[in-house]
Amino acid sequence: MTGRFWRALARSPKATAGAILLAAFIVLALFPGLFAHDSPTAEAYARNLGPSAEHLFGTTGLGQDIFAQAVYGTRPVLAIAFGAGLASTVIAALIGVAAAYLGGFWDGALNLFTDVVLVIPLFPLLIVIAAYVHNSGTLVLIAVLTFTGWSYTARQLRSQALSLRSRDFLAAARVRGERAAYIIAVEILPTMVSLLVAAFLTNALYDVLFASSLQFIGLGDPNSVAWGTMLYWAQNNEALQTGYYLQAIVPGAAIALLGAAFALLNYAFDEVGNPALRPVRARRRGWHAATRRIRRLAVHA
Amino acid sequence: MRYVLRRAGFFLLTLWAAVTLNFFLPRMMPGNPAIAMMGKFRGKIGAQELQALETIFGVGSGQSLPSQYVHYLGDIFTGNFGTSLFYFPSPVSQVVGTAVFWTLGLVGVTTILAFTLGTGIGIISAWRRGGLTDSLAPPLLVIASAIPYFWVGMMFILIFGLKLQWLPWSGGMNLTDTPAWTPSFIGDVLEHALLPGLALLITTIGTWTLTMRNNMVSTLADDYVRMARAKGLRPHRIMLNYAARNAILPNLTGFAMSLGFVVSGAILIEYVFNYPGVGYMLLQAVENEDYPLMQALFLLITVAVLVAVLLADIATAIFDPRTRSSR
Amino acid sequence: MLEVSGLTVEYAATTKTGSENPVRAVDDVSFNVAAGEFVGIVGESGCGKSTLLFAVARLLSPPAAITAGSVTFRGQDLVAMTGRRLAAIRWQNLSVVMQSAMNALNPVMSVGAQFADALRAHGMSSRKAIASRSAEVLRLVGIDAVHLKSYPHQLSGGMRQRAMIAMALLFTPDLVIMDEPTSALDVVAQRSLMTQIKELQREIGFAVIFVTHDMSLVSHYSDRLMVMYAGQVAELGPTRRIFDNPLHPYSRGLLEAFPGIRGAKVPLKGIPGAPPDLSVIPNGCRFSPRCPAKMPEC
Repeated sequence: MTGRFWRALARSPKATAGAILLAAFIVLALFPGLFAHDSPTAEAYARNLGPSAEHLFGTTGLGQDIFAQAVYGTRPVLAIAFGAGLASTVIAALIGVAAAYLGGFWDGALNLFTDVVLVIPLFPLLIVIAAYVHNSGTLVLIAVLTFTGWSYTARQLRSQALSLRSRDFLAAARVRGERAAYIIAVEILPTMVSLLVAAFLTNALYDVLFASSLQFIGLGDPNSVAWGTMLYWAQNNEALQTGYYLQAIVPGAAIALLGAAFALLNYAFDEVGNPALRPVRARRRGWHAATRRIRRLAVHA
Repeated sequence: MRYVLRRAGFFLLTLWAAVTLNFFLPRMMPGNPAIAMMGKFRGKIGAQELQALETIFGVGSGQSLPSQYVHYLGDIFTGNFGTSLFYFPSPVSQVVGTAVFWTLGLVGVTTILAFTLGTGIGIISAWRRGGLTDSLAPPLLVIASAIPYFWVGMMFILIFGLKLQWLPWSGGMNLTDTPAWTPSFIGDVLEHALLPGLALLITTIGTWTLTMRNNMVSTLADDYVRMARAKGLRPHRIMLNYAARNAILPNLTGFAMSLGFVVSGAILIEYVFNYPGVGYMLLQAVENEDYPLMQALFLLITVAVLVAVLLADIATAIFDPRTRSSR
Repeated sequence: MLEVSGLTVEYAATTKTGSENPVRAVDDVSFNVAAGEFVGIVGESGCGKSTLLFAVARLLSPPAAITAGSVTFRGQDLVAMTGRRLAAIRWQNLSVVMQSAMNALNPVMSVGAQFADALRAHGMSSRKAIASRSAEVLRLVGIDAVHLKSYPHQLSGGMRQRAMIAMALLFTPDLVIMDEPTSALDVVAQRSLMTQIKELQREIGFAVIFVTHDMSLVSHYSDRLMVMYAGQVAELGPTRRIFDNPLHPYSRGLLEAFPGIRGAKVPLKGIPGAPPDLSVIPNGCRFSPRCPAKMPEC
């Protein structure tokens, strides 16, 4: 299944688009200096400049180069997306699969715990926590997002693991005498790779959005270079009202693009994993078109 | 019936968890914010407010943790949420009151619209696989769901508010007006609600449409849909009664689950548009470090979501006969 | 009454199968069904019998499509028919019974509501008429009319299956197509269901096309038998004749695979090999790779 799966994925236009976008951002995050020659924090230029050859996106209200900020801001965002995304997926996998595998009382208890965490609205909770912590830097954001974001995917992974539990190859492993941990790690998890990747992508997307939102409302570290913080300052400077649109448009567009990359990849995974969802070539009214074809065949026969 | 009771039990359990979380959160924060707060506010606020603060953080009262907890629960049940620090001396419950209406109006209407529209588009999109709706809608919505709520709001302000000057983009009503049931006031309120409502609608509609479409696609492959075709029923009827009625069931629970996301969107939208609802008030409270107000609002939002979840569960019980039999 | 001629069904490429070529699930199949006849269609899983059935009943959905042939039912070609005319024939003259009633009945509608749906779609509007006809067909299969209010999950497996058969008989059609209706039941329920179907056939006089992989079951009840292999008809003829003297090596292999209860103990004989990949259409006879009587012409 796996070989065909990856090949099909490579052929999907959505997956390619998402992958290219993501790769572009990763490159920016790893080598920001290659693309932006200004320091993002240096308040070295005139304020509120428009776009020009020297400043691709203009400057902020404090005289910082927007393009440099956008480029350098990639790294913390990706760190959060991958860091918190991976961490919450791992936690979700552990809890979800353990619940499915252990069954009985543990399943019930873990499930209940997951559901309770799931239902409590995430963003207000994040706001309250961030409010108490003050000036949340990247690490704090990763920690907070991880501990609050695992519940949704834990549920999905549990139901997938449940459907696998009754499959024969697991019974065979049990009969061979393998321990529960071994079975979970070596037999169950690899089969769930596609769902795990999808879970990671979903988490990454929401982590990007939530982290940026927190920074936007001022709960991040206002001195950091991050897209959400850029928007915070733009809002503070009344960028929209005073006509310095790029200060608001650029960071928002960056967030949207990164988010779109994750979302596209996720959607493509969904389609490839579940063939029923794949795009059907347009047929005008299914069976009517088919009969038209038959009539044509009959004429030529 | 058992199902409803079980869900009601879950509701109570989660309510208790939220309330307890609210209690422990300020006490768990690193860096001992309590002392910092005391230091900051001492001398600036009176003895009563100081006491209110101390109650929240649990310092200086000399009571043991368990008895503080019991007191806290008692306060919650009697509706005593303390006094606001910023709006002193108004009690929190009063301050919150006005904001609730604004949010209910905005979020309530928009969510219902997003759900009905989104589900409708999802149904049609799945029914006409490969048609125009199906090729356009899903990718568009996927991208739309990745755009941060507040950015959409800001773009709306930019385009419709500032550039085109079509609609007001700040506040819930004209500040110079006094609330009254006059058509001009109502019109004013609607005008102010249009942009934030649309922004919220656009960002939340994506999820409904996608999940409904995916559910429909799976349902359409089911045998009973084929049977309905075999019986010669009108396509219309098959789409609604056989496919959609089954496809929407998981969506109802999903609807409740994702209310948390709707709430987040609403908070941000209110912030961007200065819309005087509960979300806006929460963020103001954070900014003003008005902790009693902040805690009360968090609790309020959580309870609202929990109630909605319970209602969705009841709706599922009504529409899905399988949940009604004892299992 | 029913004449299938040269029917071919293909699944379009790449979407479901992941292969490059279309899969020809049914290849140039022809057979007839006379009024009141019981025709059994048997074959391995994947031989195309269910696809054939759905094609005849015009119930295929994309990516499957009829690419050649005709299905003449009571003088009209079903393949060329569309829309209202097709809907009018459906259920009134031609009805379907599916494999698993749990999946084939709408889980959120009561049994009576599903009966009413079909009745109303074909013009019956009086509530009394609907109720009485529904109760009547239920009585035919031995179910109490009170179950009209039940939901599918509240009935036992056997009852559900019988309710499905009752639903198929609402308009006393000329032909009832059954797709493995007994596969989900235990042997006792299977026998009782088959007996019931035969009895109803005698009473009402409809023809039956019965698809199954259980050759021994269907052979007791069918007048004629059709053996399918890899999308083609391997053998077609009166049941008794096929059992006494199977002409196709595949039919012979199938019959020999069922050990007799009486007589000496003999080692089990199977048919070696596996069915072919239907996306690659071979030259010559499809059974030749596994055939013990292979000749150079095959």
